[in-house]
Amino acid sequence: MSASEVPVSAARDRAERVLAPFGRRLLTVTAVDELGAYRVLRAADPDGPMPAAGQFAMLAAAERWGGGEDERPYLSRAFSFARWLADRRSRRSPIGGEAHFLLEDVGPGTHRLCELRTGDGLWVLGPLGAGFTAPEHGRRALLVGGGVGIAPLAIWQDVLGAQTTVLLGFRDGPHAEGAALLSDARVATDDGSAGRRGLVTDLLGEELDRDSHATVYACGPPAMLEAVRALCAERAVPAQLALESGMACGFGACFGCVVPKRDGGYLRVCVDGPVVDATQLDRVEAHLGSPT
Amino acid sequence: MSVSFCGLELAHPVINGSGTFDVPAARRAFGQALDHAFPFAAFVSKTITLSPRAGNPPPRLWEAPAGLINSIGLPNRGLEGYLEHDLPELSKLNVPLITNVMGSTAEEIAELAQACDERGEIAAVELNVSCPNVKTGLDIGSDPAQLERVVAAVRPALRKPLIVKLTPNCADVAACAQAAQDGGADAVSLINTLRAMALTPGARGRRPSPPAAPSGPVAGLRAWLGGGSGGLSGAAVRAVALAQVAAVAGRVAIPVVGMGGIQSADHARQLLDVGATLVAVGTESFRDPAAGERIARGLRDS
Repeated sequence: MSASEVPVSAARDRAERVLAPFGRRLLTVTAVDELGAYRVLRAADPDGPMPAAGQFAMLAAAERWGGGEDERPYLSRAFSFARWLADRRSRRSPIGGEAHFLLEDVGPGTHRLCELRTGDGLWVLGPLGAGFTAPEHGRRALLVGGGVGIAPLAIWQDVLGAQTTVLLGFRDGPHAEGAALLSDARVATDDGSAGRRGLVTDLLGEELDRDSHATVYACGPPAMLEAVRALCAERAVPAQLALESGMACGFGACFGCVVPKRDGGYLRVCVDGPVVDATQLDRVEAHLGSPT
Repeated sequence: MSVSFCGLELAHPVINGSGTFDVPAARRAFGQALDHAFPFAAFVSKTITLSPRAGNPPPRLWEAPAGLINSIGLPNRGLEGYLEHDLPELSKLNVPLITNVMGSTAEEIAELAQACDERGEIAAVELNVSCPNVKTGLDIGSDPAQLERVVAAVRPALRKPLIVKLTPNCADVAACAQAAQDGGADAVSLINTLRAMALTPGARGRRPSPPAAPSGPVAGLRAWLGGGSGGLSGAAVRAVALAQVAAVAGRVAIPVVGMGGIQSADHARQLLDVGATLVAVGTESFRDPAAGERIARGLRDS
């Protein structure tokens, strides 16, 4: 088959999905940076391919993964790539770099990952899933994030360029410090302790009032994603949503991470997403929370 | 390391548990690297039913102490869809293909078995008997007399090896294994998942609540899983698996496929030591898709 005969959908799929090496890799933690209520976990990944923005990895600590609260964690945990710093010596090569992941200590798995220190071992499987696709010609990119869900928007901004409009929502001031992961973000907080008091979707509504010729890229808690989806549907603005779901494997094996599709049946967040076109869903369901 | 199993010559004794590895999806994630280092000596498909199934409503997973509870609900395209769409993908594997089937009556199962018998790509059939009888509501595999009748009724429809996947949710798994053998099974595999459930975390938790399960033994309670109850796997079940595999291998003459919580070559070796001919890796593949290869290599080197 010649290149011109490749179906458009297949070509798009290839563009946004970088294949993972088969099997998990043992990486070394290079740093754990504090970022307000969050941590940025950084690990050297000399054999890993540069991920597409929006892709994720399954993470587990190499030591003491288990035996925490309720004899957990057991399964690996899914995290979006928040950044990828290509190795200087291999800048022309897509292989090798430092992977960054954004963590919040909310359960036994994230707690253990937050305990990691420089030099510790980290199991990584990835990059996995389908990432973001570029805006249609002429549309500007509007990045909308909430809480720890800002992570994939940071690496997407690295690709799109710093002039991208970024709107972020957080619970409070310490969480809002996470906005430093991106450039020139406008912030809303629930309690008004940083940025505007209110919801990030308030900011999004105003931004679309000003100029709706945009493609929206959103990641955050289910209620936020549903509000973004509804707003964009109402204004006929294309939106790509990076979903989260409880997930055992990350590569389509367990069928555990499904969400209902608009046209019936389910899609697997791990292989059909995590980034999906908003029109694929009737609504973003409220119970996507992963076993964290 | 090669091992003979029901007339199949396998490169090593490690296969996968049904429903724990999806080859087409793994090819999307890993590309050709999957086929270059395929971790299993034979591949067992997910459960195929006569009609398509969408599977259970989410949530479908709960992380248990040192384990996983799943309530997936056997999503599959149905027999016709499997033969048309899945089989061409699976037949590209360079290992024998075992197709797992389930039906709620002997007639349904015989129809599935016969369809598999006619396809050269399929080397053997595994029968999932953790399915309620439509009349009694009891799992076909939990009652030895019923299990023997069903296996005996299906047996003539299949010239290929027939493996019966036993349920651990019964009073006497060795008696069920004996019944499968008496019905004409060529092998048995165990353990399937242990029936389990999880409740939605209380209001103090951050997790939002799904609606209560609509029916079943947990109606009215805030069951977390969309299917109500589920099945437990992983390290939490390993000691149970060892006891049940030992009991079954001590009872029957046909080969036994042992599984349940295997995470290392040492765990696999224990099941082989108590009489299993093959071992299957399931939940550990979720944590590391190459686990089967790592375990097979460990067995080879030990």
